[in-house]
Amino acid sequence: MKKIILVCTFALFMAMTSLMAQTARYIPTMKTNLELLKNAKTMQEYNNVAAAFTRVATAEKTLWVPYYYAALAKLHGAMNDQNVDKDVVAGEVDTLLGSAEAIESNSELSTLHYYNEVLKMTVNPAARYMQEAPLLEKYYTQAIAQDSTNPRIYFMKGQTVFHTPESFGGGPEAAKALFQKSVDLYKIQDTARSFKPKWGKEDAEAMLKKCEQ
Amino acid sequence: MRPYLLTLLLGLLTVHLTAQTTIEGRVNDNRMRPLIGVSVAVKNGYDGSITDSLGKYNFKTPDQGTDTLVFSLTGYESIERVVQLSGAKLTLNITLKEAFNELSAVTITAGSFSAGDNKKGVVLSSLDILTTSTNADISSAMRLLPGTQQNGESSGLFVHGGTAGETAQYMDGAVIQNPYYAGGPQVMQRGRFDPRLFSGTMFATGGYSALYGNAMSSVLLMNSNDLPEKSEYEIDISPIAYVNLRTQQLAKDKKSAFGVSYNYINVWPEMQILNPYFDITRTPEYHTANFYYHRKTKGGMIKYYTEFSHNDVGYSWQDIDSLSLKDKINVANNNWYNNLNWTENLGNHWKLIWANSFSINHDHINRSILEGNKEIQSFPEVDFWMNNKIFTYLNTELHAQSRLVLEKKFRNLAAIRFGGEYDYAHTDGEYNKRDITFKDHYGAVFAENDLYFTNDFMLKTGVRAERSSLINETKLAPRVSTAYRIGPNEQISAAYGIFYQKPEDNYLMYNQHLGFTKSSQYILNYQKSTTSQILRLEAYYKKYDDLVRFVPATQVNNYPIDNGGSGHAEGFDLFWKDQKTFPFKYWVSYSYIHTKRQFLDYPTQLQPDFITPHTFSAVLQQFIPNIKTQVNFSYSFATGRPYYYFKPDIQNHSYQLEKQGESSPYNNLDFSIDYLPDFGKTHKKMTVMFVATVKNILGIQQLYTYNYSYDGSYKQPVWPMSKRQYFIGVFFNFGRDRSQEIINENL
Repeated sequence: MKKIILVCTFALFMAMTSLMAQTARYIPTMKTNLELLKNAKTMQEYNNVAAAFTRVATAEKTLWVPYYYAALAKLHGAMNDQNVDKDVVAGEVDTLLGSAEAIESNSELSTLHYYNEVLKMTVNPAARYMQEAPLLEKYYTQAIAQDSTNPRIYFMKGQTVFHTPESFGGGPEAAKALFQKSVDLYKIQDTARSFKPKWGKEDAEAMLKKCEQ
Repeated sequence: MRPYLLTLLLGLLTVHLTAQTTIEGRVNDNRMRPLIGVSVAVKNGYDGSITDSLGKYNFKTPDQGTDTLVFSLTGYESIERVVQLSGAKLTLNITLKEAFNELSAVTITAGSFSAGDNKKGVVLSSLDILTTSTNADISSAMRLLPGTQQNGESSGLFVHGGTAGETAQYMDGAVIQNPYYAGGPQVMQRGRFDPRLFSGTMFATGGYSALYGNAMSSVLLMNSNDLPEKSEYEIDISPIAYVNLRTQQLAKDKKSAFGVSYNYINVWPEMQILNPYFDITRTPEYHTANFYYHRKTKGGMIKYYTEFSHNDVGYSWQDIDSLSLKDKINVANNNWYNNLNWTENLGNHWKLIWANSFSINHDHINRSILEGNKEIQSFPEVDFWMNNKIFTYLNTELHAQSRLVLEKKFRNLAAIRFGGEYDYAHTDGEYNKRDITFKDHYGAVFAENDLYFTNDFMLKTGVRAERSSLINETKLAPRVSTAYRIGPNEQISAAYGIFYQKPEDNYLMYNQHLGFTKSSQYILNYQKSTTSQILRLEAYYKKYDDLVRFVPATQVNNYPIDNGGSGHAEGFDLFWKDQKTFPFKYWVSYSYIHTKRQFLDYPTQLQPDFITPHTFSAVLQQFIPNIKTQVNFSYSFATGRPYYYFKPDIQNHSYQLEKQGESSPYNNLDFSIDYLPDFGKTHKKMTVMFVATVKNILGIQQLYTYNYSYDGSYKQPVWPMSKRQYFIGVFFNFGRDRSQEIINENL
């Protein structure tokens, strides 16, 4: 009996250490990668960090967050690169988001879907508006339904509205309310230490300022 | 000394702790080209890298001992390598093999346009067919693709130098015997089928699969929608007398659905505005009703479709041989078409496709000659050709087809398909009270093999044996096609095949000692396509043999028809569709053809009168969101067509080419506008769409060709029925959001 308890304790101990080892490497790696993401400039750099997040995601198997950042890296990269084939990247993003959603569906992932549709639309806004507009609407409502306090979805929507011509119901005036809502929500955002998405506060504040001018 | 030792020890320890292994190398494909963006990762670990633009990678890992590296890239087979990590640098050069993948594998593009579903390389979406200002007529939309002729006075598709009779149409794998409404001479008729029934269409301009036959030029394969997403009701109304009532009901378990539709067209109001070139004696009217029932089975689906249509038309025009007379025609047609398809996955990669069609077509044609308002009963014997213009023709045509295809898929996308086909045709006609009855049993067996050497290179070989009891001949038709990818989005494809076809009924009717007509085709195709652009270039050579020809009859009941005709056609087609460069979507087609044939009454090989060397068309579509409107333009241009006068030479049993000419070029611009007032609104119960179309908006005088009088002294132009044509309508849909469909299918 004693032996069994000992074995059990030992097994438990081994499992805990291995779990701790996982977390032990998870936290520093995520921190490094997030730093790399913050400083990435070229598509190559964004691709590298996306691959690093994807490796973490594949190793961990049960976490949606690394997939989220892999997708975010690709989106940021493609949005700022004129030479990359945006449709190809958008396809990769859809795959990453699919993997993440197989683990958990949530408002943050819906927000990235929204972002990805924006990316697809930037290829040719006039020709693709008709196809993309309802998809944007779909992911916008979906993200809010999943979490109405997610500041990033209002920030994203604000960006779209801001860049839509006024004759279309867009422009700074219309976008202001959305950025305001976003900024307000950023203020009450959960600041607990975790790798859950937190980005966008400064951007939203800057956009709000731009609208007020 | 001690602190030194400690430092040294500590230093050693640190070195040991941070002893990292550097792993580097290159990743190529099997043609030694560097692969970019390949992920290299320690299995179940965080360490790794991706390859750069030279295919090179390098990274360090603190892991020790035995580990596995995974090399992966989308579209390639991943490779795992077991490595020993000891701190010593490792160099690993890897070659990745492309994965066999149905999505990325090449497909045959030679002679084949796919339309409908939203995949790469699709030339026209279902919506394009609905909105290209072709009044939702499938064939008219296909005429905007290269390789076809304009020929506005005739129904059907004239492909790569062939007549309209050389194109066969299929619905869900079974033939459609009479795809167009019946009409008189010089007026093109619409197709009987609503394009909204179909989600995928394949238009083969040549070199098509051994699964299909009895068409020398082309097949148009249409596949019906499986199940609707939701139940819906639709009412379409036009003040120019068009009503369409339609419903689709999806069962609660989403496993079956049925649809019912009734469609009525009456051209009377349009004729009041248009002032047609013909005198309308019987207002064109069309009644069409259809019903479908689709049910999911264990591993497939059963589809039944039935359609009944009735149409009437009558008109008169100036007689070509006498200024004081008028010709009159009255046509009434009943058509009942049935289609039953069962497609089932039998397991173990076997698939069964059983397609059947059954149709009864009844024509009642009355041709007469009017002097004032009086019908002339007959002419004196010396003017016997005038008597040929007076007839009553009653015809009942029954046609049944059953086709069974079995498909087995193997590893690496290889597949075999084989099966058989049986057609029964029975015609019971009465021409001026004289009976014309004939029946035919036509059977075919076929087999086809897909072989993929790599994702980039495939070969399709097939053979078809066919026999007709009436013709009493068996023919063997080989078909070969191949596709080879030369770049990421570029491929070349080639096709060769022999195609047999029974002579058309109106020749078989009189002379049953005819044999199969034959064409041999060679096609070379280049295609470059991305999601938003398609460029297609195609060159072909086609040889015709054993075409039906005839010489003047010398006595009654003598029909000197034989298979002595022949010909050839060569040309190239260009197609360019772009949805990226401009804020609108457009596509252009250009076809060049050089062809000559001896057939029917042609005494020598001549350029046929339905062929012009140059045809150009362009379509432009733009959706303007702030006015919720889509505008569509389609423009067609064709150079002039030849026309001939063949004088019958009774003494020498031949026709002589006595006169010829060329018609003026053809120009046409159609415009249509779709207004969707509910666009952008979500959660709506009803959607409304307004449609307005003007054909030949510029009012350009169009002239297709000329007809000669019997003695060749006078020629009469063949025009469209009216200068312009108009359509306005409003479509109400309850249940399904049609604008959503427009969006889904657009691009």
